[in-house]
Amino acid sequence: MTFLELKHVRKDFGAVVAVQDFDLDAETGEFVSFLGPSGCGKTTTLRMIAGFETPTAGAIHIDGRDVTTMPPNKRNVGMVFQSYALFPNMTVAENIGFGLKVRHRPGGEIKRRVGELLDLIHLPDRGDRYPYQLSGGQQQRVALARALAIEPSVLLLDEPLSALDAKIRVALRHEIRQIQRQLGITTVYVTHDQEEALELSDRIVVMSEGRIEQVGSPFEIYNFPKTGFVASFVGTLNAIPARIEDAASGQLLLGGQHIRSASPFEGARGDAVAVALRPEMISLEGIEASTADSGDNRVRATIEEVSFLGAVVRFKVRVGEGDESARIDVDTFNNPNLAVPSTGSPATITFPPDACLVLGRDTGIRGVDALAAAEAML
Amino acid sequence: MSTGTTDRLGMALNVATVAASEPERRRRRPLSTAGAWLIFIIGFLYFFVPLFATFEFSLRAAKRDPVTDELIKPSLAAYENTFADPAFWSSLAYSFTVGLITIAVSLLLIVPTAYWVRLRVPRLRPAVEFVTLMPFVIPPVILVFGIIRIYSGPPLALTNTPNGSDILLVGAYVVLSFPYMYRAVDTGLAAMDVRSLTEAAQSMGAGWPRIIWQVIFPNLRAAILSGAFLTLAIVIGEYTIATFLVGTKPFGPYLSLLGQNKAYEPAAVSLISFGITWAAMGMLALLGRGTRGRVQVAGAR
Amino acid sequence: MTTLEAPGTRPAPRRLPAWVGVIPFFLFAIAFLFLPIAFLVIGSFQTIQGEFTLQNYASLTDNSYIQTAYVNSIQISAITAILGGLFGFLLAYAVILGGLPGFLRDALMTFSGVASNFAGVPLALAFVFTLGNVGLVTMWLEDIFGFQLQESGFTIYSIAGLAIVYMYFQFPLMVLIIAPAIDGLRRDWREAAENMGASGFQYWRYVALPILMPSILGTTILLFGNAFGAQATAFQLTGGTIPIAPVVIGAQIRGDVLRDPNLGYAMAMGMVAIMGVSITIYTVLQRRSERWLRS
Repeated sequence: MTFLELKHVRKDFGAVVAVQDFDLDAETGEFVSFLGPSGCGKTTTLRMIAGFETPTAGAIHIDGRDVTTMPPNKRNVGMVFQSYALFPNMTVAENIGFGLKVRHRPGGEIKRRVGELLDLIHLPDRGDRYPYQLSGGQQQRVALARALAIEPSVLLLDEPLSALDAKIRVALRHEIRQIQRQLGITTVYVTHDQEEALELSDRIVVMSEGRIEQVGSPFEIYNFPKTGFVASFVGTLNAIPARIEDAASGQLLLGGQHIRSASPFEGARGDAVAVALRPEMISLEGIEASTADSGDNRVRATIEEVSFLGAVVRFKVRVGEGDESARIDVDTFNNPNLAVPSTGSPATITFPPDACLVLGRDTGIRGVDALAAAEAML
Repeated sequence: MSTGTTDRLGMALNVATVAASEPERRRRRPLSTAGAWLIFIIGFLYFFVPLFATFEFSLRAAKRDPVTDELIKPSLAAYENTFADPAFWSSLAYSFTVGLITIAVSLLLIVPTAYWVRLRVPRLRPAVEFVTLMPFVIPPVILVFGIIRIYSGPPLALTNTPNGSDILLVGAYVVLSFPYMYRAVDTGLAAMDVRSLTEAAQSMGAGWPRIIWQVIFPNLRAAILSGAFLTLAIVIGEYTIATFLVGTKPFGPYLSLLGQNKAYEPAAVSLISFGITWAAMGMLALLGRGTRGRVQVAGAR
Repeated sequence: MTTLEAPGTRPAPRRLPAWVGVIPFFLFAIAFLFLPIAFLVIGSFQTIQGEFTLQNYASLTDNSYIQTAYVNSIQISAITAILGGLFGFLLAYAVILGGLPGFLRDALMTFSGVASNFAGVPLALAFVFTLGNVGLVTMWLEDIFGFQLQESGFTIYSIAGLAIVYMYFQFPLMVLIIAPAIDGLRRDWREAAENMGASGFQYWRYVALPILMPSILGTTILLFGNAFGAQATAFQLTGGTIPIAPVVIGAQIRGDVLRDPNLGYAMAMGMVAIMGVSITIYTVLQRRSERWLRS
């Protein structure tokens, strides 16, 4: 059942359109992430749900109630800020109990509830500390408990982990997800970190320049990006310059060699396009046990660079020569038996036709020349 | 998973992206804008009415037209008289001289000390800070009390000689300048990473005098100037210490005496004094690092 | 510093310890700060004959002239500290958060820098020209409203008049010190409070005011000390007719009005004690405030 609903929401700041045409139905207990680069309008949208901004047009409903113009202190929405925003003059317990105190709940009830929440965030003995005595990760857990104390109908998190160290970020991420599942609270999570969004979310809303690019499960967003923006923003992506040979049958020329794409595209013979291809979808023949299908594309290339990234080995290979050449990233899982080729040696790369997403001048990346983008990578 | 490839493409994509600004919304305020204006206007009047009154008063001095023998009002007679008074110029010159010597001595003491404390003897830092904060605790009138008592009799009878009193005056002013100078210089040193600069100079073979003169001093120029202007503003207007040590020679006591004997000239000189303060503080604001806050306490009250 | 070896040379046995570098500074401080104060401290515990005594401090409370001076000083300092602190806070708040145009803020900060340093003789004179017997405002009140300032009992040469003059450097000092604290109030705090259901009043009552309180209190106490040590302004304005502590000390320097030099030293020490306490409280409170605003 739809619990949080945004209908045609739009926000202008003067002449700048921060958000437009924003539609979203979030189910009860769903974990939704807004993912996009800074300035894409994700935080503005979150702030409209919290009531810190009023939409220029459109409506926001929570649990069937229209809250579009309701002041923030009447909404009963919990928010966790990027900078924690703990009150420095209050102890941890006072911070967590603040929402209950302004609601004039009895002292005993506040104390009990604060105790429960301190247990929930695994800081049971830190109630009488002050925020400046805690680490960043602990402060953000207190901020989470504080937001949950008022039993909010919706929990909002605005890049809650971006001020923290990498290790704590991962640990806290799991904790947030676990607490959210445990409480079954509808949650909106704003982030520019695709890894966070992919791991945490039931659904991801990818945003760019104030618009929704795609809404879908992490699986859909990663494997079936609908636009060039989504394809490039989520995951690692090769954008390889190529030329159309025959659009109807999906034939392309990559560095002078024939390849085939399973996804449909339009264009005339000789048109320049970009082929989007994930590094992990490409195999290097003879390096690892071949999984190549007989229908896969096979392209001759030269190894230019080998870098060990831990679990993954990344090869940079060049296909073709001169103006028509392209550089491609290929990822392979690391293992001690890997027969790593030397740089400059020839190799053959293979990839399935259905892994190729063709981005033309007018399909794909809105407002930007896909080829310019592809070339900027080289 | 590395995002390197994505980043590069992302950068290319962002060329056409107009970053939507998310400016702060005007918050509801417990104090209405009208109330804010009212308070501001009261503050404005408090600040400017006395200045305007002084200005108006300075124009009241009567002056006769040399041809018609009629009274001219308002007139600049008060200013003319002031500028014609040799005591005005000598007091100003005296105070400026004392001010400049004070600044020089203060810098010679404070810059090497602050530098040395930062670099080599950080454990003495609390002691140095304590000394530089003492002038906030010791009012000028008490300081001059002690100085006069200790230096008026043997073995150090300096107050009986004219130059001796001048030396005591500079000494007292240098102490008064400690908080401003130390704060300004220490902040400047903090901003320039003394240790690395010193080590870089050392590795190129520079000795201590060269490091202090050619590396530390030039990099502290803004800090030194702001401390210097504040000190100058204070010394020029200072009355208490000056009057007890050297009588009416300095500018402050001169103005005080003028205020007891003349009617309109004091108004003109007060405005000039205000102008000097304003100029010094203006220079400070220009330097952009006015030593604000607790260092503003010990002045010519 | 030249007594120290050039860096880079090998450590030699004749190398001086590093603390030698700060000796000039401390020698100067001893000559012009500690020796004079030590003289007063020692003198305050001595009789005229040079014997140890506590009588001077006991006399401080017996001597009605000294008592009046202290009471006047404390009164005037407390009043101008509280009023100056309150008004300075409101003024800083008005320009920072009150919705006034931004340039007024810069203007106010510059004015405050000047006004907090414009004191002493010229300030006293400026107020004579304003509220004295033939001052501009005095005459305006008479011409426009027919109000006789003198007949109302008010005179600028009184404690109330002195308080008005002191305010001229008191509230700008408050503005200068409190403005960074008000700036330190983060938008997040207000939003977090609202988000948890707090009204605007509750935000001020429970969050903003408690966060600012150490700064407000500390600075008010600092203003107290600031007024307490002021001598020139009061002397110029009243010529010593109103006994306040620093003016009495001044008279004691000139001509031993207390007819007991050692009693004068004790009185000076009393002033130093009051100043010291107020500066210490200010420093402690300011540290707490900085710690809060940083975290």
